[in-house]
Amino acid sequence: MINNQYAKDRLRRTMMFVPGNSPKMINSADIYGADSLMFDVEDSIAITEKDTARHLVANALRSIPFQAETVVRINHPTQTPFGIDDLQVILPAKPNLIRMPKIEDVSEIELVAKEIEKAEKTYGWPEGTINIIGAIESVRGLYNIREMCHHPRMVAVALGAEDFIANIKTNRTKYGIELYFCREEILMAAREAGIQALDTVFSDVRDMEGFREEVTKSRDMGFDGKSCIHPKQVLAVHEVYTPETREIEKAVKILAAFEASLKDNKGVLNVDGKMIDKPIVVRAQRTIEQAKAAGIRVEEMEVSI
Amino acid sequence: MNGVQRSIPETIRGIGRVQPYTEEFAPVPVAHSKGRTIRRHLPHTSKVMASVQEAVQQAGMKSGMTISFHHHLRNGDYLMKLVVETLADLGIRDITIAASSFSPCHDFLIEYIEKGTVTALESSGLRGKLGVYLTHHPEVLKKPVIIRSHGGRARAIEAGELHIDVAFLGVPTCDVRGNGTGRIGKSAFGSMGYAMVDAAYADTVIAITDNLVDTLPVPYSIPQSHVDYVVPVEAIGDPEGIASGAIRITKNPVQLVMARYAAAVIDEIGLLKDGFSMQMGSGGASLAVGAYIREKMVARHITGSFGVGGMTGIFVKMLEEGLFQTVYDAQTFDIPAIQSIASHANHVEMSASMYASPWNASPVVNDLDVVFLSATEVDVDFNVNVITDSNNICMGASGGHSDAAAGADVTVIMCPVIRGRLPMIRDHVQTVVTPGDSIDIIVTDRGIAVNPKRQDLLKLLQYSHLPIKTIEELQALAYTLVGKPEETPVSTDDNDIVAVVEYRDGSVIDTIRKPLV
Repeated sequence: MINNQYAKDRLRRTMMFVPGNSPKMINSADIYGADSLMFDVEDSIAITEKDTARHLVANALRSIPFQAETVVRINHPTQTPFGIDDLQVILPAKPNLIRMPKIEDVSEIELVAKEIEKAEKTYGWPEGTINIIGAIESVRGLYNIREMCHHPRMVAVALGAEDFIANIKTNRTKYGIELYFCREEILMAAREAGIQALDTVFSDVRDMEGFREEVTKSRDMGFDGKSCIHPKQVLAVHEVYTPETREIEKAVKILAAFEASLKDNKGVLNVDGKMIDKPIVVRAQRTIEQAKAAGIRVEEMEVSI
Repeated sequence: MNGVQRSIPETIRGIGRVQPYTEEFAPVPVAHSKGRTIRRHLPHTSKVMASVQEAVQQAGMKSGMTISFHHHLRNGDYLMKLVVETLADLGIRDITIAASSFSPCHDFLIEYIEKGTVTALESSGLRGKLGVYLTHHPEVLKKPVIIRSHGGRARAIEAGELHIDVAFLGVPTCDVRGNGTGRIGKSAFGSMGYAMVDAAYADTVIAITDNLVDTLPVPYSIPQSHVDYVVPVEAIGDPEGIASGAIRITKNPVQLVMARYAAAVIDEIGLLKDGFSMQMGSGGASLAVGAYIREKMVARHITGSFGVGGMTGIFVKMLEEGLFQTVYDAQTFDIPAIQSIASHANHVEMSASMYASPWNASPVVNDLDVVFLSATEVDVDFNVNVITDSNNICMGASGGHSDAAAGADVTVIMCPVIRGRLPMIRDHVQTVVTPGDSIDIIVTDRGIAVNPKRQDLLKLLQYSHLPIKTIEELQALAYTLVGKPEETPVSTDDNDIVAVVEYRDGSVIDTIRKPLV
């Protein structure tokens, strides 16, 4: 059993795309507060630049002390000739996650997982040091998602909408009906497997209002976070994912009551007359985590139990 | 060693004995302000001259004089070239140019320095090809360039340290008696703040205008009682270079991060409250701070007292919205701000002296609660350089940096931790323009450092969620990213001093020496 629960639980409100061939952007990527940084050596990199990008990203991972989670999006391991070469260069630099584009079959994940395992053994890193986030970008991938989400290296699944939309022969709309089923299916598969679900990018960086609306919708659906393509989107997502004061106060109360009940060995507990059970406690913990990440000084909130 | 640990020679070529900088507000002035040649004007005689040449001849200009210019026409300025060419044609040589600043359009001076028409420069800064040229060839001038802040220049003029024989003013609208304004006209640039001091203290004042009128239809900025000659010309400047349309907030995400931190840190220390006063610059991050502060003021119904600029559309919008009661303006940067000064009574024009001179009854900077300034680089002693690059080439200007920093209660510097592959937090900045004693907070893209002498601010920020770090931690971070570069070797020969950087009180805070690379 791989011990990667931490990677499955960590806060991933934002995963910001950073082109893997731009030293300037890689250098400053960490200052915008994104929870995860996704260095791309795939779609944003021309074929002639693939090797440059993978070496640049590997060196950046070795030399820059990133605070955010580090993710590298590799080229497809079976549908392109670059994916395995990417892994040979990137894995020794120890990113937190490998992002696999267009996952369609569990065999692809097994292939990458094997490379990760080899690297972990070679460098003496504990099993589960490097994990996988896969992107659903095709109908075939969506139909195989449940099995793929159960692979032990998978800690999150993301939607890559642009390719998916092309695959189902439609266009993106503001109201998002074309992605409704896909988003729900991804979310359910992720939740059933106990991993995270991240929503797709929003490409019009000028339309901040539309962006906020979409983030709010995907948050309400249950997504853990959003893929971002511009620093200003990061801040907006964090704002949307910042719980209201009322929610935080409630969460503080629930957790205080929960801790008290553990001490007293009480089985059932209630707060303000409502019964509190495990899922409510877990949700409260999530709220507190999001509040703290947003800079709210939760410890200072005075809540009477 | 002076007060910022710089070695300053006792005497400097062409200048003589100099006073080394000790600390902010150390020298106490004892003299009287200097006057100028008394002159008269007879009734019903015209001041209007047919050409610059005629005015120069009437003024009795001769070799060895000091002439002044103001930089409101920015990179669109035609005036300096027109005047210097005229002087050269008349065979006048050995001229000192005291300009409130130089822009890249003044690169033409190289030719006239080589010809001997111009032999000395005194200004706020040096940039462009002229900056590179003089950095490598300090010997072409008879003395090093004297760099003064805007307030320091006004002080030097008033104290008689900088005596102007002839001031040339670029006046967007001027009447036949010499009353002038920058508010209207095809070359309108707004406030004439820097020209006001020159006009009041020069022995002779020549106003050059591209909109000569019989009677000025708006209040004057320069009164006729200061102006000796008026010269109409086709154009005093290129409108493209004088003012831009509304200066937009930067889209550079690194600058936006710094601006957001700067606004947040000022908010956390409790400065954003009714009646607060603020100065911000016109470039990059400092303009973006304004936008963030505006959001906070609107959301919380905060009304400030006065604002100071470098006026821009962002600031005048805050004035129009009632977020500030008054703005004081020595230099107007964009078209919305120029329109504002022409139409709002509480958009007030002020002279460079009123803005920032340390030696008057009270400059506006003395009551600033906060100023946001940028920096080329800073050091672990909080000293700031805004004038030389990492190769010690002159490429910037002191401006009002040290003035506002000395006056404001809280001075916030915005500077990224690295630029390209160079760390911007040095052990010692290349050139000290503003001493660390004036600097309270340095905001970078990777954290915020508070000057340890401001324990009061540190206490207010002790529970902050902002990334408060020591300056040494930020420097270490920069070194982690790009390493520590070697120092740029500079000449130790006192004949190779390119420029003398005066602190606002006239003492010498640093010298710029010829780099040996």
